Amino acid sequence: MNFPKDLKYTKEHEWVKVNGKEAAVGVTDHAQHELGDVVFVEVPEEGGEFSRGEGFAVIESVKAVSDVYAPVSGKVIRINEALADSPELINTDPYGQAWIAVFELSNLKELDDLMTADEYKKFLEEGEGE
Amino acid sequence: MVESLKRTPLYDVHVAAGARVIDFGGWEMPVQYTGILEEHRAVRQAAGLFDLCHMGEFRVTGPQALDFVQMMTTNDAGALEAGQVQYSMFCGPDGGIVDDILVYREKDGFFLVVNASNTAKDFQWLEEHLAKSSMAGGVKLANLSDDYALIAIQGPRAAEILQKLTPTGLSALGYYHFTEEKVHNIPAIIARTGYTGEDGFEIYITPAQAAALWHRFMEAGQPYGLLPIGLGARDTLRLEMKYTLYGNDIGEDTTPLEAGIGWAVKLDKGDFIGRDALLKQKAEGVKRKLVGFKMTERGIPRSHYPIQVNGRTIGHVTSGSMSPTLGENIGLGYVEAGYAPVGTRIAVEIRGKGAGAQVVRTPFVESHIKK
Repeated sequence: MNFPKDLKYTKEHEWVKVNGKEAAVGVTDHAQHELGDVVFVEVPEEGGEFSRGEGFAVIESVKAVSDVYAPVSGKVIRINEALADSPELINTDPYGQAWIAVFELSNLKELDDLMTADEYKKFLEEGEGE
Repeated sequence: MVESLKRTPLYDVHVAAGARVIDFGGWEMPVQYTGILEEHRAVRQAAGLFDLCHMGEFRVTGPQALDFVQMMTTNDAGALEAGQVQYSMFCGPDGGIVDDILVYREKDGFFLVVNASNTAKDFQWLEEHLAKSSMAGGVKLANLSDDYALIAIQGPRAAEILQKLTPTGLSALGYYHFTEEKVHNIPAIIARTGYTGEDGFEIYITPAQAAALWHRFMEAGQPYGLLPIGLGARDTLRLEMKYTLYGNDIGEDTTPLEAGIGWAVKLDKGDFIGRDALLKQKAEGVKRKLVGFKMTERGIPRSHYPIQVNGRTIGHVTSGSMSPTLGENIGLGYVEAGYAPVGTRIAVEIRGKGAGAQVVRTPFVESHIKK
């Protein structure tokens, strides 16, 4: 299992890559492993505004439909259109090509509530990620 | 208190192989090993091994066994010769499907195979009707579900692999026929049946030998690309064939005529439970039909999603998935009979939005069973 140090993490298994007031969001290696073969991704529309904890995308494996929750509040300023034709990127490159959307952050303080790579790893090891 | 989940004799084998295990109708069953798409492909292109030990098995014997089976089932068990298998159903008096089953004609009676989650319900259904009937003295009914393990091998290479383990000539065993022979030196019932649309076999043995046979199959099948297959791929394989799944596509609130499995109902065979209701429904015409459809717009149909035409709900989805063989999103659902013809444009409501779909001919994928 892979935990890039430069990312921040949520208990719902999303990752956040912060760049100034912008943040790219995706799901973790653990999440894609639990989901199994991903066959469909619904990304949000550009301009959509989401509050922290709100579902902003949907990932479907062969068997299940899963919501992806906004780890931070903000406006979607870019979406990853490649996921429409290549949903399997979620499985093959969860921290890279499978970014889902970039948010313009509306509350930078929310970033303090996210976990570091080490904290997320510990969170999973303690079994709270079930 | 939560009732504990049941395990098949292969549970430890699955866990050791790294399978992901889920609760399936009260059983802890493997949903996937390496991945649903890879397992699905293996069955279509090579072969796959399935643990079906959770299925229920009954035996009906005695001088009035045939009369009793005829009263309880929709298909004509009287047409079977020893060594033949038949798809059939138990129906209620209202024509609703109590279960869909396989009927094996043995020399001295009938071997019935029922869905795992319906085993207790079905056996009680049979016992109650037998006790109320005039046949109670002439029929012996036994629930042998704990006495049989069931392993299926399916796929274009299944016959070659099984042939290495058994002396019986498999080329002489026709589709929906069975024989009693040894497999890996274990006494077995070998049936040329399955739920995938591929050639294949279902093999009944004693539970104590299940793990040994499983390992022997994996060893013998390795050069052919044999993979263990979980419930996930089992579901996508059967969906591509429009094989109905009890509890999803059929149940007590649907009839065989609505579900498109009226070919397994023989209304002229004599009386059986549900016949009057089904005769009436046939005469009046069914109001809804189970259809197969493909999505023409983005989205995966899932069970219970509404099916609409011009914004009006005309039915609902009962099964849906991405089809691994076609790479398209497919589904089954009940629609008002007027919308059932192939080519009809419908919409599936997915997360509040209608996505276009079209009723298509089924099976979705060409069957390769050896008729």
